[in-house]
Amino acid sequence: MFPRPIQQSGKGVQWLYTFALPVALVIWLFPLLGVALTSLRPASDLAQGNYFGMPSGIAWENYVYIFTETPIGQYMVNSLWVTIPTVIGAVTLSLMTGFALAVYGFRGNILVFFMFVAGNFVPFQILMVPVRDMTLQLGMYDTWYGLALFHIAFQTGFCTLFMRNFIKALPFELIEAARVEGVAEWRIFWFIVLPLMRPAIAALSVLVFTFIWNDFFWATVLTQGVDSQPITAGLSSLNGQWIAQWHLVSAGSILAALPPVAMFFLMQKHFIAGLTLGAVK
Amino acid sequence: MSQAADAGAVVPARRTSKRWNQRTLAPWLFLAPGLFMFTVYVLWPIVQSITLSFYDWNGLYNADGDFTGTFVGARNYAELMTDPAFETSLWNNLKWLVLYMAALPIGLFIAIFLNQTVRGIRLYKSLFFFPFVISQVVVGLIFAWFYAPNFGLFYLLTETITGKGTAILANPDLVTYGIIAAGLWPQIAYVVILYLTGLNNVAPDQIEAARLDGAKGWRMLWYVVLPQLRPATFIAVIVTVIGALRSFDLVSIMTSGGPFGSSRVLSYYMYEMALGEFGFRMGYGAAIAVVLFAIMMIFISGFIWKMWRDETER
Repeated sequence: MFPRPIQQSGKGVQWLYTFALPVALVIWLFPLLGVALTSLRPASDLAQGNYFGMPSGIAWENYVYIFTETPIGQYMVNSLWVTIPTVIGAVTLSLMTGFALAVYGFRGNILVFFMFVAGNFVPFQILMVPVRDMTLQLGMYDTWYGLALFHIAFQTGFCTLFMRNFIKALPFELIEAARVEGVAEWRIFWFIVLPLMRPAIAALSVLVFTFIWNDFFWATVLTQGVDSQPITAGLSSLNGQWIAQWHLVSAGSILAALPPVAMFFLMQKHFIAGLTLGAVK
Repeated sequence: MSQAADAGAVVPARRTSKRWNQRTLAPWLFLAPGLFMFTVYVLWPIVQSITLSFYDWNGLYNADGDFTGTFVGARNYAELMTDPAFETSLWNNLKWLVLYMAALPIGLFIAIFLNQTVRGIRLYKSLFFFPFVISQVVVGLIFAWFYAPNFGLFYLLTETITGKGTAILANPDLVTYGIIAAGLWPQIAYVVILYLTGLNNVAPDQIEAARLDGAKGWRMLWYVVLPQLRPATFIAVIVTVIGALRSFDLVSIMTSGGPFGSSRVLSYYMYEMALGEFGFRMGYGAAIAVVLFAIMMIFISGFIWKMWRDETER
């Protein structure tokens, strides 16, 4: 193990380490803690310049305010309308593409695979004008499905990379044995491979959920109104209206951050398994 | 009898050919939906953008639904050469790329710091990952608050140290560094995740053997641990480069490219040209996007080349 386990060090070092951990964490999360505290500070405190002193009270009303006086609830719902179909769509498509690329040695296999991988790294701006134009032409501009369809397509690249490598690591004898038995290819996919894919599906679902929930660029390019804008774009436009009302900006930020954070804590193992794909061999 | 023998010979043959067909067709059927979506939304738009970069187009169609752009050859690119805003963006992109690499050593350092088995360490690790999970929009707002003039913590800090507060987002010379620092926060968290997993998989026997040989500290890290962390480092470099070149969100939230356009990057400048207040210069925007794409292609090719090597080695 590297570094040497702290238990092998002297008492003083061990004591120092247990002390350093929380200190480092507080420094690391300082900006976030500050915003979290500001979101609960009454507006009157800020007006009087009391930014970091004792708050005069805990102002849950900041949260009540953004829910009742701004469309932030609607933005959150819109985000779900984009995020959930994208997760389902991208995972479904990539299960199939990943299976095809992992199991069949057809000509052009590696080419198709690399295309998915490369497409995944492309800067968004090279897609922006044509995708926006196409979405407009199809009458899907400013709708949740217009945005979700793009996300499904783009995420399929990353998900295919993941699924293909995952299936490749499964014991191939399973598939060969089924073929000898004369099992049809789609049945092999459905009854043999799919049941083994649960961990991969879980990992990709949390990852794609987080990516899409946090997407800002495409939300700006493909939506504009309260009826379809996701929380990231919504928060940005609210920020424009709340000039320097930091208690509101903070409350909105915390709210927007909450779903992916909750997802991360609930599914941590899967989340990290997804992110570190390829980091170890 | 010969008929029976014939039949016996024919049946397996037909069966294998049917099987063969199924196995040639199956991959393409499985690929079809994903490949279709990917082609329509990713591959084809790249071709369209490259074409569009040779046109002058305001994004509109005439009453008959015809494209209204005019072919201008390489004029968009020629204009880029003399466009000071483009030059600023390109320089800023370079700053992003270089400074973002700081995420690797810092991330490695934090990962080594956290790679212990003490009580509650799992919770500590998750809390260190936190910044990576939240949206860049939120990160941008958090740092805008942190940097805010007069009461922001950073401002107060500089005021205490130098006697005069620095409003970093209003200073054309410093603004880009301020945004990069904000971007580094989640990026470091990502690198920490990668290196922690990597450290978990470092072969313990090699570490022990090196320890017996008297290696420790920096020498151990450099000669024994880092070589084993190479896969993690590789992924970390890739995601950091992508992160640096995708710096749209933070720039848009924190400064909108200002003050005086000094914090623009290519991704943001492209958006400004094509959809921003400067009007709908789609062709010019596309040309900027092509330049960004070309820069990214250098890294993509490297990645694909390495993958190809790994695949063929297997």
